[in-house]
Amino acid sequence: MTAFVNHFSFEFRTGIREKTLLLMNYLFPLGFYFMVSLFMGQLNPYFHETMLPGMIVFTIITATILGLPNPLVSARESGIYRSYKINGVPAMSILTIPALSTMIHVIIAAIIITATAPIFFGATLPVNWPTFVLIVLVTAFVCAGFGVLIGVISKNTRVTILWSQLIFLPSMMLGGIMVPNNILPPILSKISMLLPATYATNALQGLSFNRDVSFSSSWSLAILLASGILAFVLASYLFSWDSRNTTRRGHSLMALLVLAPFIIGMVLL
Amino acid sequence: MQKVISKCKTEYESKTKLSKEVKHMNDVAVTVNGLRKIYGDSTAVDGISFEVKRGEIFGLLGPNGAGKTTALECLEGLRRTDGGRMRILETDPERETRKLRNLIGVQLQTSGLPESMRVDEAMRFFSAYHGVEPRYDLLERLGIKEKMSAQYRTLSTGQQRRLSLALAATHNPPVLILDEPTAGLDVASRVELHELMSELQSRGTTILLATHDMAEAEKMANRVAILLRGKIVATGTPRELTAAGEGLTKVSVRAEDSSLSDPGLTFPAVKQQTSKEGYAVYYSADIGPTVSAIIAYIQSKGDRLIDLRVERPSLEERFLEITTSGGLR
Repeated sequence: MTAFVNHFSFEFRTGIREKTLLLMNYLFPLGFYFMVSLFMGQLNPYFHETMLPGMIVFTIITATILGLPNPLVSARESGIYRSYKINGVPAMSILTIPALSTMIHVIIAAIIITATAPIFFGATLPVNWPTFVLIVLVTAFVCAGFGVLIGVISKNTRVTILWSQLIFLPSMMLGGIMVPNNILPPILSKISMLLPATYATNALQGLSFNRDVSFSSSWSLAILLASGILAFVLASYLFSWDSRNTTRRGHSLMALLVLAPFIIGMVLL
Repeated sequence: MQKVISKCKTEYESKTKLSKEVKHMNDVAVTVNGLRKIYGDSTAVDGISFEVKRGEIFGLLGPNGAGKTTALECLEGLRRTDGGRMRILETDPERETRKLRNLIGVQLQTSGLPESMRVDEAMRFFSAYHGVEPRYDLLERLGIKEKMSAQYRTLSTGQQRRLSLALAATHNPPVLILDEPTAGLDVASRVELHELMSELQSRGTTILLATHDMAEAEKMANRVAILLRGKIVATGTPRELTAAGEGLTKVSVRAEDSSLSDPGLTFPAVKQQTSKEGYAVYYSADIGPTVSAIIAYIQSKGDRLIDLRVERPSLEERFLEITTSGGLR
């Protein structure tokens, strides 16, 4: 327990101490939130209705998909995991503790947004708070799983950026963050169902804000949760202590299995 | 009657042998037998065998790429082997990794610490995973206690190496594995670290030391093995290794007058001779007869001996001799 507390405490402080992580966890998402809310509020009169789910999901994917993988790759490449292995740090701690500490940072940022958006930008608040909290937690968990999985399969930080952007950019454009999913052309709407952000914004809109959505919000939540669990299982399976270790149990493309629940959602919903 | 005596004798010998074996096994901290590690087409470690006794400092020497680090990484449980058998205090490093963690302390060649981790955090972090109290006294002993709140990235190379050693020793492991522990250290830090190694050894810690530094190996190691292209080409005490070589002992002599200045002058067992800064310098294959003859000669010429220096061949010379000859000697 002491080891867990020490490890978590270090990882949590690293999230603020490291400039890149501070940027990804707080500065970039909160700065983006203030800037976009200022301008979009004037351009789109209905923006205040979708602001909260959009900005919170943006905050989550920035910290987890963009911020979380790189430190994992760097730690592995610089031999830190080897040192951890020798000293008895379990692989599970290496994967879950950074994810958990990032989730805490994300929740703090989400609280800041939720508290300030109605005051400064007239954002609509959720009507169902318990589901709002639940969906934010599930989304953070799922995206943290994706972040960890990217960190595990990437050979170096350049590859990490590629994988991260492959999820981040489409999420921004198609995932319901800036533009509601139900106004997208049908083909783009279908493609967007390969992204966790789509299910997260759909679940938030449907279950927490009681709005009409284009597909079942409850199923969105279930699919999200399934992909999050799958992400952590795959990350744990594909984890290797260092890049020179040839004992990785599966090919890194196995990580694409994490999209299976989304593909099912795309076909069935 | 004869049969009974013979049977008793056989039993006695068998028990004595077994007892010797058990005693021997208990005396051995590290056993490596036929260790092999292959990376693709390249054999990094090619069937090496050695034993390290309890409380011994054992030096693993070799040029870059000789297989030292790979061999150590196999022992640390970081690499899967492709053959052979290893034991650290009767523990299999490949299969009993959990048990191994508290038996060994490792100072890796590379950093092994997150850049933003502070010195005190590192101590708490690793102590907690070993289930022991943080050893801040070790930080003080190694002169980095004043850096407690400094981040790892801000430490000098020497401070990083010292922190790494403190962390390796924090759970008081019976076996310490040090990979190039003094690389990048200044003279004072090196001396400090050597003192700590001696102190740990005096408390019974077994130390497996991989180093490029021959002077360090000669000074610190009880026994050494020289690795070349994945194979052990020489093993023994530093003295045994140097004695086994063809290195000649250097004898520098200075006399008051010019009794040694004759270029045609020869002494027993001298293979080469030269003069340097007022000294006659002889390279002898057998030091006893050479020195006796030189002294006798100076006296016979009515001259007076001012200075006589004998320099044994160093481990470094022997190492170069072995490595440049491809390990054939």
